[in-house]
Amino acid sequence: MIMRAEWLKFRTVRSWVLGSAAAALIVVALGCLAATGVTMSCMAGTQEVDCPAPPTDSSGRSVADQFTFVHQALTGNGSITAEVGALDGTITYPPPNHDEIVRGVVPWAKAGLMVKDGTKPGADYAAVMVTGSHGVRMQSGFTHDKAAASDGSWLRLSREGNRITGYVSPDGTAWQKIETVRLDGLPSTVQIGLFVTSPSGLTVEENPQGGHAVSARWTQATAEFSQVSPAGGWSESLVGYSDHRTTWEQTHPPGHTEAGGVFTVAGAGDIGLETEGGLAVERVLTGLFAALLALIVVGVLCGTAEFRHSTIRTTLTAMPRPVRVSAAKAAVVGAVSLVVGLIAVGLTLPVATRLLRANAVVILDVSGPTMLRIALGTALLMALAGVFAYGVGALLRRAVPAVLTVAALLVAPPILAVTSVLPPEVGAWLLRVTPAAAFAIQQSVGAYPQFSRPQTVADGYFPLPPWAGLAVLALWALAAVATATWRLRRSPA
Amino acid sequence: MVPLALALLLIAGGVALGRDAVDPVQLRLLGVRLGQAAVAAAGVQMLAAEYSSGLIRATLLAVPRRLDLLAAKAGLLTAFVAPIAVLGVGVAVLGLTPSGDLVRAAVVSVLHLILIGLFGLGAAAVVRNSAAALGIVLSLLFLMPMLLRMLPDPDWQRILYRTTPATAVQAMTTTVDTAILPLGPWSALGVVAAWAGGALVLGAFLLYRRDA
Repeated sequence: MIMRAEWLKFRTVRSWVLGSAAAALIVVALGCLAATGVTMSCMAGTQEVDCPAPPTDSSGRSVADQFTFVHQALTGNGSITAEVGALDGTITYPPPNHDEIVRGVVPWAKAGLMVKDGTKPGADYAAVMVTGSHGVRMQSGFTHDKAAASDGSWLRLSREGNRITGYVSPDGTAWQKIETVRLDGLPSTVQIGLFVTSPSGLTVEENPQGGHAVSARWTQATAEFSQVSPAGGWSESLVGYSDHRTTWEQTHPPGHTEAGGVFTVAGAGDIGLETEGGLAVERVLTGLFAALLALIVVGVLCGTAEFRHSTIRTTLTAMPRPVRVSAAKAAVVGAVSLVVGLIAVGLTLPVATRLLRANAVVILDVSGPTMLRIALGTALLMALAGVFAYGVGALLRRAVPAVLTVAALLVAPPILAVTSVLPPEVGAWLLRVTPAAAFAIQQSVGAYPQFSRPQTVADGYFPLPPWAGLAVLALWALAAVATATWRLRRSPA
Repeated sequence: MVPLALALLLIAGGVALGRDAVDPVQLRLLGVRLGQAAVAAAGVQMLAAEYSSGLIRATLLAVPRRLDLLAAKAGLLTAFVAPIAVLGVGVAVLGLTPSGDLVRAAVVSVLHLILIGLFGLGAAAVVRNSAAALGIVLSLLFLMPMLLRMLPDPDWQRILYRTTPATAVQAMTTTVDTAILPLGPWSALGVVAAWAGGALVLGAFLLYRRDA
């Protein structure tokens, strides 16, 4: 009954209904407006072409998967062993002066052994490798990475059913296990072999107006593999390389040579999540910030209206249970904001992504569960923001200070952290403790230490995991409503 | 009074940000970007509070010359905001090496805060509702920059950057690499002054012509 009464109050105030509708409209309109203005094109030689979509892995994520692979088929169980000589390579125009091409390897250049479900980019794999300066690692699934406990130049990878185990050894006799990973759905015949790749060298330059600019430079790594077992029967695949070669790649082509049982393999590229070759899908929901302001005003007014018009006495006379009155109001605001959020996200995501794709803009693919988390999480964020605004409004009982407080706590931190000269660590701290931590729910690409790109707040990486961030907002909302209810019990008007 | 205390806190809070940045002046004066919202709220409340409580009728009865009333409120607001802005900005830049750029950024910031208060007062005189007036001012200060970044047409973008207070504080407090900004500090102050003046003139006109 009390819920129905509060719902009746909400829907009979025209400006609140309009404000809620405006919030949904703002998300959709800004998402679509921004989508129509973006275009993307790539160069293939001297021709301008549509950018190719990056490959996707078995869970549907966009991945980077480019390396030189010298391989042979393995049916059933088996293993591959080799001694990997020191990495060598080329870095083009590194700092400080960016004026020469030098010999060297970037920290995450990789050379090692791999088991892969075919040679198609994005196919499942597991690999052991030596890296430029991060020791021996075992990696799989594009994001999983484990450092070996001990160093060594001998590597071994063995397959037993769908279990792949990596080993390292300093001398080829005493083997140390790194770990065993499971590759579900691995067929009986897989490709095993030697691989080399080398990600771009990066220079990060602080921008005086906040944030930073990243410039990437082409690099190549070369490694010598000896004592390779099994012997014979090797073929070469250039996995994921584009058909067009820059002048650089023409003079430093990827590939391999063999002389007296020693394989020299050269490669450039990376194996990991793709973050540069397209737009992150959450970018179409940028209108959320503006929409939140409308929702905040509606939420705050729901909290302050009965005090301003002194109808709270009548309400409490009819329903002398302040806790239930306050909870019912919070529930109505929350439910309305949730519906607004679901409509806004449900329209914006499909329409804006379609508009972007029509403009040949590549949108980075995410897995089904991640997409669902972004969509539902954004709607929940809007619902919790409405409840939080209601709580602060009912607590302060004055609209203007309440709107300012909620906006300063929820909307200002991400804007300051991303678009200003605030130092990254201060920005990260803000996005951990303020209700703005909740925006982490929209982050589509996770942060991993083994990727060389900067992954700060300014790059769209939040300090808290998605649901933890949303929980921070939920706690703030709960605290605000609880304190407001306590105040209502203490002094009803 | 609550908004002004909040403004002081936000503006002076910049002092805690250290100096570890390419442009320490801009870093320290980040608080001005937040504090201007509270100053605008103070300006709005100065007049809108009287409308929402109905007190405005009594006030206008006591002071029948409405333009004098608005001028008095503007004067009083400036008298409140100015010391708070001077104190807040002064604290925020404590310990920085004095330079011409620093002094200019600080002086322009103080003047900007005073103008934003007057802008809030003018907006309240125009729309006579605290929520709507504050909404207009805050949208111009905080939503505009976001919307402008999404605008597809670069020509319109440039025109709007140069004629709205969207990035005014950034233009006023930047001391490094100023060439890439659409406006210089003094012209940004001029833009804000034009908006504040326009709102006050329109508000005065409406106050004079309209029933309360």
